[in-house]
Amino acid sequence: MAGAVTYYAGRAPERGLAVYTQKVGMWVFLASEVMFFTSLIGSYIILRFGASETWPLPGEVLNIPITAINTFILICSSVTMVKAFAAAEVGDKRGTRLFTLATALIGSTFLGVQILEYRELLHEGFGPSSGLYGSTFYTMTGFHGFHVFSGVCCLFWASWKAFRGGYDNRAYKGLEVLGLYWHFVDLVWIILFTVVYLI
Amino acid sequence: MATIVAEPTGRPVVREPHELSFIRKYIFSSDHKVIGIQFLFLSLFFLLAGGLLAMMIRWQLAWPGQPMPLGSLFPETMAPDGIMLPEFYNSLVTMHGTFMIFFAVMLLLVGVFANYLIPLQIGAPDMAFPRINMASFWVAVPAGLIALASFLVEGGAAGAGWTSYAPLSAMPEASGVSLGQQMWIVSLVLLGLSSILGSTNYITTVINMRAPGMTWMRLPLTVWALFITAILALLSMPVLTGAMIMLLFDQTIGTHFFLPAEGGQPLLWQHLFWFFGHPEVYILILPAMGFTSEILANGSRKPVFGYHAMVGALVSIAVLGFMVWGHHMFQSGMNPLLATSFMVSTMVIAVPSAIKTFNWMGTMWRGNLHFHTPMLFAIGFVMLFVIGGLSGIFMASAPFDIFIHDTYFIVAHIHYVLFGGALFGIFAAIYYWFPKMFGRMMNEKLGKVHFALTFLFFNLVFFPMHTQGLAGMMRRLYQTTGYEHLEGLQWTHVLITISAFGLFLSGMLFAVNFAWSLFRGPKAPANPWNATTLEWQTPSPPMHGNWEEVPVVYHGPHEYSHPDVADKDWLAQNERPDVVSPARP
Amino acid sequence: MKWSLPENIATYGGKIDAIFWVITVVTGIAFVLVEVGIIWFAVKYRRREGRRAYYTHGNKALEVLWTSVPALALVALGIYSADVWAQIKGRDSAPAGSLMLGVRAKQFEWNVTYPGADGTLGTSDDFVVRNQLHFPVNRPILIQLESEDVLHSFFIPQLRVKQDAVPGMTIPVWFEATKTGGYQIGCAELCGLGHYRMRARVTIHEPDEYERWHAEQVASR
Repeated sequence: MAGAVTYYAGRAPERGLAVYTQKVGMWVFLASEVMFFTSLIGSYIILRFGASETWPLPGEVLNIPITAINTFILICSSVTMVKAFAAAEVGDKRGTRLFTLATALIGSTFLGVQILEYRELLHEGFGPSSGLYGSTFYTMTGFHGFHVFSGVCCLFWASWKAFRGGYDNRAYKGLEVLGLYWHFVDLVWIILFTVVYLI
Repeated sequence: MATIVAEPTGRPVVREPHELSFIRKYIFSSDHKVIGIQFLFLSLFFLLAGGLLAMMIRWQLAWPGQPMPLGSLFPETMAPDGIMLPEFYNSLVTMHGTFMIFFAVMLLLVGVFANYLIPLQIGAPDMAFPRINMASFWVAVPAGLIALASFLVEGGAAGAGWTSYAPLSAMPEASGVSLGQQMWIVSLVLLGLSSILGSTNYITTVINMRAPGMTWMRLPLTVWALFITAILALLSMPVLTGAMIMLLFDQTIGTHFFLPAEGGQPLLWQHLFWFFGHPEVYILILPAMGFTSEILANGSRKPVFGYHAMVGALVSIAVLGFMVWGHHMFQSGMNPLLATSFMVSTMVIAVPSAIKTFNWMGTMWRGNLHFHTPMLFAIGFVMLFVIGGLSGIFMASAPFDIFIHDTYFIVAHIHYVLFGGALFGIFAAIYYWFPKMFGRMMNEKLGKVHFALTFLFFNLVFFPMHTQGLAGMMRRLYQTTGYEHLEGLQWTHVLITISAFGLFLSGMLFAVNFAWSLFRGPKAPANPWNATTLEWQTPSPPMHGNWEEVPVVYHGPHEYSHPDVADKDWLAQNERPDVVSPARP
Repeated sequence: MKWSLPENIATYGGKIDAIFWVITVVTGIAFVLVEVGIIWFAVKYRRREGRRAYYTHGNKALEVLWTSVPALALVALGIYSADVWAQIKGRDSAPAGSLMLGVRAKQFEWNVTYPGADGTLGTSDDFVVRNQLHFPVNRPILIQLESEDVLHSFFIPQLRVKQDAVPGMTIPVWFEATKTGGYQIGCAELCGLGHYRMRARVTIHEPDEYERWHAEQVASR
C-alpha cells in the first residue's frame, strides 16, 4: 500500500493485562468511583458513630419495604444487562435490542421510585438540612441516583444503537463496558441500602 | 496519506487521509501532543498569575499598610487607595496556593508531561482514549476560568486558605466569602474530574499500549513516575471531590457535614482533605523525580544508578502515601495515639526519598557531566529537594511539630519541595523536551542565566523563612507586627520580598526565552541531547501518530556509555541488536 | 536571639528543644554529605573530551546501606519522639493537681474562664476575662480549650504550646511555666480576616501574686 505505515512491525504490543483497552479503562475508572463512594460512606460512618444525638432506628424515617422492592428492581436490571451482553456476544440482534432497552427502562423505574420516595420524605419534612441523617442520606443516595441517571442515559443511547444493529458478535465491547459500569452502580446500591436503610 | 493504526487487538483501522481543520487540529484536538501543549500554555498562564499574587502578598508583608505600586487599579473592596484589606490578603493567600498547586504545578507535571511523554516514551501512536483526553483538557479550562472569575464576585475569592479548613470555609458568616468559596469548590471539582479522566487514560495507556519489547523494567523512569502519579491521582482525587461536594452542600442546601452546631465534625474535613492531600503532595513531586532521574542520566552519560530501587521507591511511596495523612493534623485535636502511629509511618515514608537522593548522586558519580540547562536544573532539583526533604523530618516529629506547625517553617518546607523540587524539575523538563515539542531549541545562555538567578533568589526568599518559623512566626498573617516575640524581624520580610521580586524577574527571563525560542529558536534535530528513549528516535516535532514505524524495543531505558558500543556514548532503546549487539540488558 | 527558637519557659520545653537539636544535627550531617557530594561530583566529573562515563547499573551493597541507615535513624527518631509526645500531649498526661482554666476562642479573641471563689472550674461563680490569661509560675496549668465559631490555634511560643481549638470539642492542653513575666497568645490557624490581630496577654505570676490578682477579680464581680 503506497504511503501506508505499518505499526508494530508484526509484533504485538506489550500488554499488562490480557483484556482489551476499553475494559482496562473502565476498571481503572471504577477504581476511582470506588474511592468516591468510599469517601461518602466513610464520612457517613464517622459522622454516625461520632454523633451525639441518637440516630433514627431503621424504618423510623425511611420506608424499607418500598426501597427493598426498588432494590430488587435494580438487581433485575443487572440480570437483563447480562442477558443483553450475552445476546450480543452470540450475535442475537433481537435479544440485544430487547434486553438493552429493558435494562434502560428498569433503570428508569428505579429512578422514578427514588424520586417519589424523595417527594414523600420532603413532604414529611425530612430534607437535606434535617440533621446529619438527612445530610448523609440525601448526599449518598443522591449521588448514587446521579450515577444511575448517567447509566440510564448511556443505556438509552445503547438501545438506540442496538435498534440500528450496532452490536453483534464482533462488536459488543461497548455493551460489555457499559455493563461493567451498570453492575458497579448496582453493587453500590446494595451497600448503600444495607448501610443507610437496614443498619 | 492513509495511515494504519493498530488497535491493541491488532485489528488495523485506516484513518481517513484528510487534512484536519484548524479547529480539530489545534483547538479540539485529540492528539496527545497538541493536548500536552495546550496544557502547557494553560498552566504557564496560571504559573504567572500565581506568581503575581505572591508578589502582592510579599509587598504587604514587607511594607504593611503601604499602598501597592499600581494599587490604585484595584477596587475599593480589595485595596482602597492601593492598601490591601485583610480579607483581600486572605483571598490572595488562598488563591496563590490554589493556582500554584492545582493549576500550575499539577497541570505542568501531569497535564503537560504525562500527556506529551507517555505515548512517545512507550512507543504508542496516541493515548488509549484520545477523546476522553481532549475532554480532560476542556474540563480544566472552565475550572481555571471559574477560579479566576471568583475574584470579581461579591465577597471576593475564597479566603479560607488552599486547604479550606471547615468550618471557616463552610460558614459565609464567619469568612465573609460565600459565592467565591462556592466557585472555588466548583472549580476544583471540575479540575478533579479532569484529573480523573486524564489518569484513567494514562494508566490504561501504560498498561496496555507499550511498544513491543517495552517491558515494565524497560520503561523510562519518567513513565514510571507518571504512571504511579496517575494511580495516586485516580484514587485520591475522588475523595477530594466527595469532600468538596459535602462542603458545597453545607453552604448551599443546608447540610451539616462540617458544622458542629448541628453535630457535624470539622475534623472530618481535615481527614478527607489530607487523605487526598498527602497523595497530592507526591503527585506534585514524583513526576519531577522522574524527569530528574532521566535528565541526570542523560547529562551524566550514565545509566540511572539503581533503576530497580528507583522503581521500588516510587511504588512504596504510592502505597505509604495513603497512610500518612494524619501528620498534617498533629495539633488538630485528633486522638494523640493516632498521631503516634502517623508519626511512625511518616518516618518510614522518608526512606524512599532518601534512596532516590543517594541514587541520583550515584548517577552523577564517575559520569562525564554535560552541564546543559536541563542538567543544571536537575542538579538544582536534587540540591533543593534535599533541603525540603530534611526540613520535613522536623515536622514529622510530632512533639517538635507543636512548635513549628502553622509557622513559616512549614511555608519554607512546602516551597523547597514545590518550587525547589517540583518547579525546578519542571524547568528542567521544559528545557529538555522543548525541542521535541516545538522543533526548536531554547537559548542555552539565557537558560543558564535563568538557572543561576532562580537558584540564588530562590534560596534568598525561602531559606530565611526557616528562621522566621523557628522564631515562632505564624502563617497567613496579614501583618506580623504587634507580636513581641517577632519584634526586630521585619527586616527579614523586606529581604525576602526584594529577593522575591528578583525571583519573579528571573522567571520573566524564562518567559522571554520561551516566547523567543518558540518562533526564532534554531531548528532542533530529532535527538539534540543524544538521548536513548524512544521520543528522541522520531522527528522533532513528531508527526500525527508519532511514528513512521512503531519502534520495537530491545534495551533498557537509560543505556549511556555502554561498553559494547564504540562509536557513541548512547544506545537508543530501539536500536536493533544485530546492528549494535551489546551483551545485556 | 532571633536565629533560633525563642526563650523556653516551659518545663517540657527542654525536651522539645532537644528534639530540635538532635534533628538539626542528624539532618545537618545528611545535608552536608549530599550537598558537598553533589558539588564535588559536579566539579570532579565535569565533561572532558575523550573520557567515557563509568558504565554501571548500581551497587547492591551500597544501596542496602543507604536504605537501612536512614531507615534506622528515622525509626529511632520516631520512637524517641513518640515518648516525648505522649508526655506532652497524651490524653492523661496532665499532672495531677493542675490548675484548671477554660479558654474559649472566638473571632477574634480569647476568652479565659477562671474558677470563682470556690476554686473549681465549671461552677456558677466562674468568671470570664477577655484576652487576659493569668496563671502562677511553677504549677501545672490545665486548659480546657474550646472554640465558639471556627478553628483557631492556641499558641504561646515561649511555652512551646500549640493546640487547635475546634468548635464542638473540648481539648485539654497543659503546661507549666518556669518563669514569671508577660507574654502573648497568638492564633496559629487561619480564622478569618482578623486572624492576624487575634492575640491575648499572658501574665505569669508568683503564686501569691496570682492569688492576690484572683481575689481582686473575684471581689470586683
